[in-house]
Amino acid sequence: MAIEEIPLSEAKVVEAAPGRRERGLWRDAMRETFRKRSARLGVAILGLLVFIAVFAPLLAPYGELEVLISSEGLRPRAEPCIHVSVEWIPEVPVLKQAKSFLESNGFSCPSDQPQHLMGLDGNGRDEFSRVLYGARVSLVAGVAAVSFAVLIGTFAGLVSGFIGGRFDNGVMRVMDVMLAFPALLLAIAIVTARGPGLFNAVIAVSIVTIPVYARVVRSRVISVREQDFVTADMALGVRRRRILSHRVLPNSLTPLVVLATLGIATAVLELAALSFVGLGGDPDRAEWGRMLALERNQLFTSPHLVFYPGLFIMLNVLAFNLIGDGLRDALDPRLNK
Amino acid sequence: MLRFILRRLVSAIPVLFGILLATFVLARIIPGDPCQAALQERATPEACADFNERYGFNDPIIVQFVHYAGDVFSGDLGDSIRLRQPVTDLLIERLPVTLQLSAAALFIAVVVGVPLGVLAGSRHNSKTDVATVVGANLGVSIPVFVLGLILQYIFAKQLAGTFLALPASGQLTAGVIPDPFYEVWGLPENPVFQFISNIDTVNAILIWRWDIFWDAVRHLILPAIALSTIAMAVIARMTRSSLLDVLGLDYVRTARAKGLRERLVIGRHALRNSMLPVVTVIGLSLGTLLGGAILTETIFNITGVGKTLFDAISGRDYFVIQGFTLVVAVAFVIINLLTDILYGVLDPKVRVG
Repeated sequence: MAIEEIPLSEAKVVEAAPGRRERGLWRDAMRETFRKRSARLGVAILGLLVFIAVFAPLLAPYGELEVLISSEGLRPRAEPCIHVSVEWIPEVPVLKQAKSFLESNGFSCPSDQPQHLMGLDGNGRDEFSRVLYGARVSLVAGVAAVSFAVLIGTFAGLVSGFIGGRFDNGVMRVMDVMLAFPALLLAIAIVTARGPGLFNAVIAVSIVTIPVYARVVRSRVISVREQDFVTADMALGVRRRRILSHRVLPNSLTPLVVLATLGIATAVLELAALSFVGLGGDPDRAEWGRMLALERNQLFTSPHLVFYPGLFIMLNVLAFNLIGDGLRDALDPRLNK
Repeated sequence: MLRFILRRLVSAIPVLFGILLATFVLARIIPGDPCQAALQERATPEACADFNERYGFNDPIIVQFVHYAGDVFSGDLGDSIRLRQPVTDLLIERLPVTLQLSAAALFIAVVVGVPLGVLAGSRHNSKTDVATVVGANLGVSIPVFVLGLILQYIFAKQLAGTFLALPASGQLTAGVIPDPFYEVWGLPENPVFQFISNIDTVNAILIWRWDIFWDAVRHLILPAIALSTIAMAVIARMTRSSLLDVLGLDYVRTARAKGLRERLVIGRHALRNSMLPVVTVIGLSLGTLLGGAILTETIFNITGVGKTLFDAISGRDYFVIQGFTLVVAVAFVIINLLTDILYGVLDPKVRVG
């Protein structure tokens, strides 16, 4: 029985119906994600932060580095001053406490004093403006750190999983060793080695999370490699690079998207922690972790300088956590009922 | 079973070697001259030459590594350049502090997290459930240091003078220096006893001084709570989702169909099987606790492993960096190994796979 041989040059990869299944998956996932209230809240918070970051110069009453003490006769670490009056709140027991709380946070500030919603920082700069500008650094740094880690991790996982054998073993052992250190400790060591600063902090946070992505992609590669459609590709002589980019990568995308979203939350936390121990941040930029770190010894006298940056770090982390959770629930086939 | 354990142990060996290499390299690539850092204004060229000779910094890097590996295996981690004290002595002094803190945090995380998760899971979509999920989300999102500072502000400033006031920093009230229990009991001094006596709470119990015990606990509460939140949230979440998974299985339906009371269905049937992933999460969170301890110890001014490491890095104290990082990483590997093995003991399926 003679089988007609097709020369390899004429063999063609038959594409599945052009991307239909995939588009369906992502659209479904989006709809599913948005059905959850918590994910919607996450998107709302993130949207607000992005809005703040983009329009910071328009929203902020002062510049991020503008020193106000000399010009307005204010002292550094001045209390917040908000021109909204709370005088109308009646003097009944519970409300009285709320009222005095609001007053101690700057409400009912006489209107002849300049308004500073969050007071002044230790250098006499408007804290509110700095918090707004801080959104820029925090968002960009978090996303940058994760993007870099995903890029390198995915590449390492793809190659390592596909080549297999000793190479794979070697790469994975290196990843194991990296995972054997607490992430923050490793990041601190890397930043110390390269010198403190925002850029190095981003690099360090990025490096310590590479193994997470590499492992996930590798495990997907290994399971996809055994699938019939990949065997068919190989039999047809499709080049490895094409199999990796057109078969394996799309199949690794769902866990990557979820992990990366949650990873941004962790990255933001770690970046803030690095700033907090004095290794991250940039003196020319308002950055929440650094703002908080610089004033932490004044906690008892000027709590507002610690709480507001802290609150915004938390909002940022929360937004990515909520979205990540929503995506995971939407994309995890085990949960689709 | 034994083969499973052995296989896991063997698989840890290359990782341990990698850690040894990594700590060595890490300490070397941190820029700055150790001599300059140690001797400061006394760092004349002659003094430095002598210094480098004494600590072996002039040897080829391979020789330094071999020496280092050999020393580690014989239990010698070198001397702290700045504190002029063997690193092992420092470890005996400071590791117990971090252990106590992490153990307290893990205790809080498990004792609060697991019941919360069970409660939320067994009443799916109830108010308790929603509250737990929201709380867990906030818990994983709040940075350890922000929470630590908030707790300090509330309990040491706002509540100062009331019975709820708690100290903001340190391990014991200044001036309180408890006798180590081995001296009280007239036992000889040895590293193990020293190690135990440096766990303040345990030592206080052993010398039967409840005032000191209470003092140590009061100092421990805030840092332990701050450190525990992330682990607590993760544990609660995992318990909840795992319980929900199990409650959807057929055998649970059978148990319910038998007319078993819901408490028994959950307590006797569902809970045990849902605890498997929770065990893993608890093991993994010990690692995060060690990382978080660096921040917590800095905020609450506790001289444990984290703070020592941080000071050592800023002071270029090579041997302390090497030794402490090594111990932390090895502890991490051992914890993961134990979690793995425990998982195998609990779930026969893992052993075979």
